[in-house]
Amino acid sequence: MSTRTVLQEADIARALTRIAHEILESNRGAEGLVILGIPTRGVELAQRIAALIAGISGAAVPVGALDVTMYRDDLARNPTRTPHPTTIPEGGIDGRVVVLVDDVLFSGRSIRAALDALQDVGRPAAVRLAALIDRGHRELPIRPDFVGKNLPSAKSERINVRLNETDGVEEVTIEG
Amino acid sequence: MSALTHLLDTKTLSRERALAILDVAEDMADTQQREIKKLPTLRGKTVVNLFFEDSTRTRISFEAASKRLSADVINFAAKGSSVSKGESLQDTAQTLQALGADAVVIRHGASGAPRTLAESGWISAGVINAGDGTHEHPTQALLDAFTIRKRLHGVASRGRDLDGIAVTIVGDILHSRVARSNVWLLHTLGASVTLVAPPTLVPQDVSAWPVRVEYDLDAAIAQGPDALMMLRIQLERMRAAFFPNEREYTRLWGLDDARLAALPLGTMVLHPGPMNRGLEISSAAADSARSTVLEQVSNGVAVRMAALYLLLAGDREGER
Amino acid sequence: MSERFLIRGASVEGGAIRDIRVEGTTIVEVGAGLDAAGARVIDADGLIALPGLVDLHTHLREPGYEASETILTGTRAAAAGGFTAVFAMPNTSPVADTAGVVEQELALGLAAGYATVQPIGAVTVGQQGERLAELGAMARSRANVRVFSDDGFCVWDPLIMRRALEYVKSFGGVVAQHAQDPRLTEGAQMNEGSVSAELGLAGWPAVAEESIIARDVLLAEHVGSRLHVCHLSTAGSVDIIRWAKARGINVTAEVTPHHLLLTDELVRGYDARYKVNPPLRREEDVLAVRAGLADGTIDIVATDHAPHPAEAKSCEWQAAANGMVGLESAVHIVQRVMVDEGLLSWADVARVMSRTPARIGGLATHGTPISAGAPAEITLYDPSGSRVFGTADLHGRSHDSPYLGTSLPGRVVTTMHDGYLTLDDGVLVDAETVAAHAARVATHRVGQSGAAPGARV
Repeated sequence: MSTRTVLQEADIARALTRIAHEILESNRGAEGLVILGIPTRGVELAQRIAALIAGISGAAVPVGALDVTMYRDDLARNPTRTPHPTTIPEGGIDGRVVVLVDDVLFSGRSIRAALDALQDVGRPAAVRLAALIDRGHRELPIRPDFVGKNLPSAKSERINVRLNETDGVEEVTIEG
Repeated sequence: MSALTHLLDTKTLSRERALAILDVAEDMADTQQREIKKLPTLRGKTVVNLFFEDSTRTRISFEAASKRLSADVINFAAKGSSVSKGESLQDTAQTLQALGADAVVIRHGASGAPRTLAESGWISAGVINAGDGTHEHPTQALLDAFTIRKRLHGVASRGRDLDGIAVTIVGDILHSRVARSNVWLLHTLGASVTLVAPPTLVPQDVSAWPVRVEYDLDAAIAQGPDALMMLRIQLERMRAAFFPNEREYTRLWGLDDARLAALPLGTMVLHPGPMNRGLEISSAAADSARSTVLEQVSNGVAVRMAALYLLLAGDREGER
Repeated sequence: MSERFLIRGASVEGGAIRDIRVEGTTIVEVGAGLDAAGARVIDADGLIALPGLVDLHTHLREPGYEASETILTGTRAAAAGGFTAVFAMPNTSPVADTAGVVEQELALGLAAGYATVQPIGAVTVGQQGERLAELGAMARSRANVRVFSDDGFCVWDPLIMRRALEYVKSFGGVVAQHAQDPRLTEGAQMNEGSVSAELGLAGWPAVAEESIIARDVLLAEHVGSRLHVCHLSTAGSVDIIRWAKARGINVTAEVTPHHLLLTDELVRGYDARYKVNPPLRREEDVLAVRAGLADGTIDIVATDHAPHPAEAKSCEWQAAANGMVGLESAVHIVQRVMVDEGLLSWADVARVMSRTPARIGGLATHGTPISAGAPAEITLYDPSGSRVFGTADLHGRSHDSPYLGTSLPGRVVTTMHDGYLTLDDGVLVDAETVAAHAARVATHRVGQSGAAPGARV
């Protein structure tokens, strides 16, 4: 089993900066945006993207977290999962453009759960998806709007995203 | 942390697991603030409320908790059922098993009945004790701890225990499963517990309990507890010579207006309900800003949602 | 036709190795190197010969509760445990409070043949505690009742207890008290103490037993009568008996095997096999009753064999019945707890499980030392090894034993009653054979004494 580093600290920073620009471009500015990260690492990424957007546009963008544990379709197949907090920023999501942020997009099931969770929180005008890594192997018709890096991989391989805040290092590796 | 197979008591509930339940309850409580309070998490699971003792409030609370998680609920009340005609606990349980119950929430008049049910091999469902005799009522203690924590720390409650918090419990300790469950759980979470009651209503030997026993309520209030928990007094106890009459009980152990005024400003007042207004607790106390009675009710749903989630959501077969 | 036996090489009451020759219903010779002379030889090498064990406190449930046990099944259990005589408690249905019921019990026991069944008569009518039962009629009946008890219930009214103690003097009877103040134990489920406080089970305080014993020994002293205390269970009770005996009061006391071994800590799992009355007590109480049995303050071991059907134990604690079966496990428990710990010798076991219970109950044909001329009531016991106690070891109708799955020492090898075997090399002799022996012995006795059939001879 070998481990290969595919993104280093600088690569991650550049990818996030590009995503922030793309969000602003597609939204024609920062108005009406709400950035929601999917725990665990999606939350940190969402914070950074929101900060980058604020830096570029000068406008503060609401940011929060959306836990999807309660909406997963595979709960009974796994040991009990501990949920994480959901924090919806003040102002809610009704009529807003919600940008979901996740570290790795794989089967698409987490995003499906996130869409169900969003539905119980409110009624956004639109939902977009930003993923740091898209590794393919989708099992549902879900596609990202903003991608940091496309990483074709074998299903048996493991993609690990490590961020300073949660893991003490900053890298994306592929193992297999 | 291994799975929650059953929730029978707080005596054997570790600090880690207790905090897990309280923290998941925070997430559940948040969802209850939304317009759509329902979660799909336990869809397809069947929860049976097996209540051998009358209790509308606890049953409704468990029913709400189950339904908010999209589980199917079957209510079994003993009155008028086959049980009142002499059907044994074993036969009742096996009928539920045959109906496909995933969880059984049981309230029973006999201490130990949930344990007997869980260990009998009659059913494979998870068992939650909703109150057994005078033994334990774990979800009540959990919602009481949740309430105290929430009042103290608000939105920053997650992960916090009750280290250093002083809780005083007043009332019929001898016959109270709520008192027992609270004593163990509060101690596990780091709180210090004082029990106040007439000597006749304290068990003969509590030397092994992590509590201080005080017969004088005014002296206990003067100690300045962070939380005062008033227990319901049952009037049948009067007839069995535990205390002379209601008047004397209220005078000596009731939270009347004078004692309410003597409480430190920050002290909260809990009551598991239902209350005897004017007996163990005055109306003014029950309706004051200190009173957590209504929060306890809504917190109860969140805590029970957490318990049901941790009991049912994961792979029960794999974790056994 | 009776068999003749030669028991070869047994250690009599744990002492000298002897051969024992039995003919008819009597031990005819005890010596060394005896010639078999056509008798069946029972090789007793390594075995201890005890006088047949006598249980002063057994519940045979018949008449009325035959689903739990009958006199036949209960005496089979007795024989498997090495007992040759059992005293049958009167809490049957109807209660054994008349000559008619006790004579019926006697007859059923004689017909079954596995052991002498000596009926105990109720003290009060229906065991209700209000009026004395026909104690005299029961004493003069064919059942020859000498022991009276309301066991299951306390004779609580002090005046009734006084009268009963006085009344039985006229025929040398004894009142056996179940000491439990009913007012202090209303709804009680287990010993009152730190475990009951935690488990939320209503407590049965030691003082409810001790206060009755204290009262009764003083009453017995005052009226000059004899008192027996059933199933004594607390340290305080031992102290009271010790004080009473030092004062010269004519009191005897019994302890059950389970109170010699088990404590209330076992109740923690709410397993109703441990539910019993009087309840399992604290460790200090267990140590005190062991010391009391060792020093003679407690006179005998009695099983309080209490059969119950499975549904009465396989349920929530509060709904479960009180009691455990104990005939098959008794001598093994006594060996483990008392003999193997050096607190009693085998001679002491003969004293506390045979001689003294027979004496207290007035049963002349049992408990006599193994010697020429004595009735052939003999138990052969192998103290070596240990086995896991299982349902196969229970020969009564009920399986409510707390020892299932436990390893217990020793083995009852042979039980001989009235000169015939009821237990042969660890296997119960079949009921037809035993009944035939019993009939033969009865006819022979009648022929010899000229007494009426069915009478105690």
